[in-house]
Amino acid sequence: MNDAQWEVFSYQGVIAAAVLYFLAMMAYFFELASLRTAAKEVELATVAHGPGGADAGVEHPIAPTRRTELAARLGLVLTGFAVLVHLVALVARGLAADPNRVPWGNMYEFTIAGTFVVALIFVLATLRIDIEWLGPLVTTFVVAALMAAFLGLDDAVLPLPDALNSPWLVIHVVSAVISTGAFTVGALLSGLYLVKARSTATTGYLARVPELKVLDRLSYRMHAFGFPVWTFAVLITGPIWAHQAWGAYWNWDPKEVWAFITWVVYAAYLHARATAGWRGRNAAILALVGLATLWFNFIGINFYSSSSQHSYAQGAGPETSVVLGLAGPVEAAQEVGVVVGTDRPGA
Amino acid sequence: MTDLQPDLRQRPSDDRQASPLPAELTTRELARWSWRQVTSMRTALVLLLLLALASIPGSVIPQDNIDSLAVSQWRDNHPRLAPIWDRLDLFNVYGSVWFSAIYVLLMISLVGCIIPRLFVYARALRAKPPKAPRNLSRLPASTSYTTDEDPDVVLARAADVLRARRFRTDRGTDAVAAERGHLREAGNLVFHVAVIIVLVGVAAGSLFGYKGGVILLNGDDYGFSNNLTQYDDFAPGALFDPDVMEPFSFRITDFQLDWLTEGNRAGMARKFVAELAYETEPGGETKNYDLEVNHPLSIGGTDIFLIGHGYAPVITIRDGEGEVTKSGPVVFLPTNAQTFESFGVVKAPFARPEQIGLEGTFYPTFAMGRDADGNLTMPSSIFGALGDPLISMSLWTGDLGLQDGTASSVYVLDKADATQVMKPNGQPFRMDLRPGERVTLPDGLGSVTFEGVQRWNKIQISRSPGKMVALAGVVLALLGLLASLFIRPRRLWVRARRQDDGTTLVEIARLDRSSGGDPEDGAAELAAVAAALQDPTDPRTTSSTKEEQS
Ligand code: HEM
Repeated sequence: MNDAQWEVFSYQGVIAAAVLYFLAMMAYFFELASLRTAAKEVELATVAHGPGGADAGVEHPIAPTRRTELAARLGLVLTGFAVLVHLVALVARGLAADPNRVPWGNMYEFTIAGTFVVALIFVLATLRIDIEWLGPLVTTFVVAALMAAFLGLDDAVLPLPDALNSPWLVIHVVSAVISTGAFTVGALLSGLYLVKARSTATTGYLARVPELKVLDRLSYRMHAFGFPVWTFAVLITGPIWAHQAWGAYWNWDPKEVWAFITWVVYAAYLHARATAGWRGRNAAILALVGLATLWFNFIGINFYSSSSQHSYAQGAGPETSVVLGLAGPVEAAQEVGVVVGTDRPGA
Repeated sequence: MTDLQPDLRQRPSDDRQASPLPAELTTRELARWSWRQVTSMRTALVLLLLLALASIPGSVIPQDNIDSLAVSQWRDNHPRLAPIWDRLDLFNVYGSVWFSAIYVLLMISLVGCIIPRLFVYARALRAKPPKAPRNLSRLPASTSYTTDEDPDVVLARAADVLRARRFRTDRGTDAVAAERGHLREAGNLVFHVAVIIVLVGVAAGSLFGYKGGVILLNGDDYGFSNNLTQYDDFAPGALFDPDVMEPFSFRITDFQLDWLTEGNRAGMARKFVAELAYETEPGGETKNYDLEVNHPLSIGGTDIFLIGHGYAPVITIRDGEGEVTKSGPVVFLPTNAQTFESFGVVKAPFARPEQIGLEGTFYPTFAMGRDADGNLTMPSSIFGALGDPLISMSLWTGDLGLQDGTASSVYVLDKADATQVMKPNGQPFRMDLRPGERVTLPDGLGSVTFEGVQRWNKIQISRSPGKMVALAGVVLALLGLLASLFIRPRRLWVRARRQDDGTTLVEIARLDRSSGGDPEDGAAELAAVAAALQDPTDPRTTSSTKEEQS
C-alpha cells in the first residue's frame, strides 16, 4: 500500500473501531436497561406479594438475569475487538506518514492514541479486577472523543518537522498518552464517586456500581499509576527533548506551565491522601481538578495560546517548521520591533 | 476498619499537624508556633495548590522572557492596565517576588519536614518490630488455628518462615512480631529530598548560566568566537561570570536543507544541517560537526544549537561620487516562516553627497498575488527556496541617525531625520532587483546593485550548569516516588498460646500501613504464612479465617 492508501485504511479503521465502541456502548445500555426492568419486575412482584417481599426486593442486589449477563459480556467482547481495530488504525496512521513515524503528530492523532489507551487500560483492568461495570462510561467517553476528533480536529497526515523528530519525543509522548489515559479513567471513577455519593438510587447504574470505598480506592490506584508516568513524561523526557531542540530544558512555555500545573495538582492529590487523610469527596474533587488542567492543556492551550512552541499547537498550516522556520528569526525580529506578519504561525 | 486502634496506623510523620495558636505568646513561642505552621502538612498542601494557582497567570499573560513582542503589543492595547500589571510583575511571573515566595516557603517547609523525619526514620530502622497488640483478631486481617504442637515450636517456625519472607522479626514471650517495607518511607524521603536537589540544580542554571544567540553568515569569511561582544542577544544569570566562557570559535562552512515540493506539507523545509568547523580554543585543532536540530554540539559545559536560518541579500551601494560605500551581505529577517518573505534595511551612512538608506522586502520566490477576478494584488513570496529571488526596496536620504553615537539596530531605519525619495509623479521611489541587476538612484545619489544571496543561521549558545544535577534529581525523585507509592510497609504477628484443653491456639494477624487510602487486605500473604506454619496433612488442625472486606 502507498501512503494515501494507508491513510484511508487508517480512517476506515478508526471508523470501524468507533462503530464497535458504539455497539459495545449499546450493549452496555441494554444491560442497564434490562437491569432496571428486572428491578421493576421485582418491585412489581413484591408489591403484589405484600410488604414482606418488598424488603427482600430492595435489600438484595438485583440478581442479574441471563439476558443482562449476556449483554454485559457482549459489551466487553465488543470493546475488546474495538481496541484491536483501534490499534490497527493507529499503526496504519503511522505508516501513512512519510517517512513512517509514531502516530501522534497533531491533535487528531493524539486524540485517537489517547482514547486507545483509555480503552486499553479498561480492557486490561477487567482481566485483573472487577471493573466491568465501568464499561458504559468508558465506551461512551471513547465514542464521544472519537467523534470530536473526527469532526473538530485537523487530521491531515503531515510529516514531522525536524524538531519533533527525536526518539525522546517518542518516549515523551508515549508516556504522556499513557498517563493521560490513566488519569482519565481515574477521573471517571472519581466523578462516579461524587455522583454516587449524592445518590440514594437503589436501582439502575449507580446501584450497580460498587460501594464508594471501592470507587475511591480504584481511582487512587489509577492516579498512583499515572503520576509516576506523568512525572517521567513531563519532568524527565520533556525537558531532555526541549533541551536538544530549543537549547533550554525548561522555557515556561504555556504548554509546559500547564503540564507543571497538572503535575502539582496530582502531587497535591497524592499528598493530601497520604498526609491529610483526604479520602472520598475532597480527593475526588482534586482529581477532577487535575483532569481539568490536563485537558485544558491539550485543548485550550492548543487553540488559544499563540506563544506555545509545541508544534501540536499548530493548526493545519504547513508552517509547522516552528523551530527552524521561525523561532530564531522572530526572536531577532522581536528585538528590533519588526512587526511580524499576521500569518505568523502560533509557534 | 473502625475497630482499629488509631495508634497502630499512626505513621512517624503524622504528628506534624497544624496546631492552634497558643493563647499567651512569648517571642519564642511565636517563633516555635510559626515554625510548626510552616512545616505542617496542611501548609505544605496549601502551598502546593497555591503554586499551581500562581503558575496560571504566566500562561495567559504574555511573558517578557518568552514573547517580548506579544508583551509590547499587549502594553499598547491596554495602556491603563499595563502599569498595574507591571507593578504586580505579571509580565515576569516566574521571576516575580510572589511566585518565588511560594516556592521558597515550600522549600523551607520541605526542609523543616524532612529533617525530623530523617531522624524518626533512622530510629525506626534500628527499632525492633512493635509488640503484638493484645487482641490480634481485631486487626483487619487475621486468622487462627489450633494445633497440638508446643507454642515454642510454633513460634520458632514462625520466626523462620517470616525471615524467609524477608521480614525483620522479634521473638517475644508468646508471640513473634515481624515488620517489612521500610523502604517505602525511605523512598518517600528520597522523593522529597530530590525535589530540593532539582531546585538547587535549576537555581544553579539560572543564576550562573546564560543563554545567548547570534546570527552568523555562512561561509569561511564569517566566524564567531565565544565572547560577550560577539553575541546579538545575551541573557546572563544574576551571578554569571564571563570568565567561565569557553574560548571556542566556529564558522559555518555550509548549510543544507530539504524543501518539500509535494505532499501535504509542500513548502515546508526539513533536514537542516549546518556544517560547522570549530576550534575548542584559539589555535587548537579544527574539527567538524554537522549541527542539526535535536543534535546540539557540546563544548565543555556549553551547548550550541541550530535554531534558525534566513537570507542575506548581497548589496553594493555606490555613492554619488562613484565610491563603493557599502558592499556585502545584509541579514534580512523572515516575516513569514513558510515563504521566507524577509524584511531588512541597508545603510550607507558615509555615502556622499548624502547618506543612503534602503528598506524593503526580499522575496525568495517572487510572485504577484491575484485576487478572485485575476487582478494583480500584492507581491509575495510563494516558496521559501530561492526560486526567483527578488528584492524590492524604497530609498531614504538625510540623517540616518548613525553619527550621533547612540546605539541603533541594524534591522531598523531611523527615519526621524530622514526623508523618503519620491518619483516625479509623487509616488515613492522603489527599486525591484533580481540578482545581478543594478539601478541608478535619482538625484545623483549613486547606484545600488543586488549581487546575489547568501544565507545565515541563527545559533543559540547556552550554558546551564546544574542541568545534570537537576536531571539526577528528577530521576531520583521518580525512583523514590515509585518506592513510596508501591512498597507496602506491613506488620505481621504470630501468637501461640497453650489453651486450657491442652491444644495450642495460633493467631496470625497482618496490618497494612500503606498510606494513600489503598491498604491491601493482605489475605494472600496471611494465608501463605498460615499455610507455611501449619502442617496441612495434620487432621487435628482446624482453622478459621476472618477477613474484613474493605
Ligand atoms: C514540593 C513540594 C512537595 C511535593 C511535590 C510533595 C509530593 C508528595 C507526594 C506525591 C506524596 C505521595 C507519596 C505517597 O503517597 O507515598 C507525598 C507524601 C508525603 N509528603 Fe510530600 N510533597 C511536597 C512537600 C512536602 C512537605 C513540605 C512536607 C512536610 C510538611 C511533606 C510531607 C510528606 C509526607 C509526610 C508524605 C506521606 C508519606 C507517607 O506516609 O506515605 N511533603 N508528598
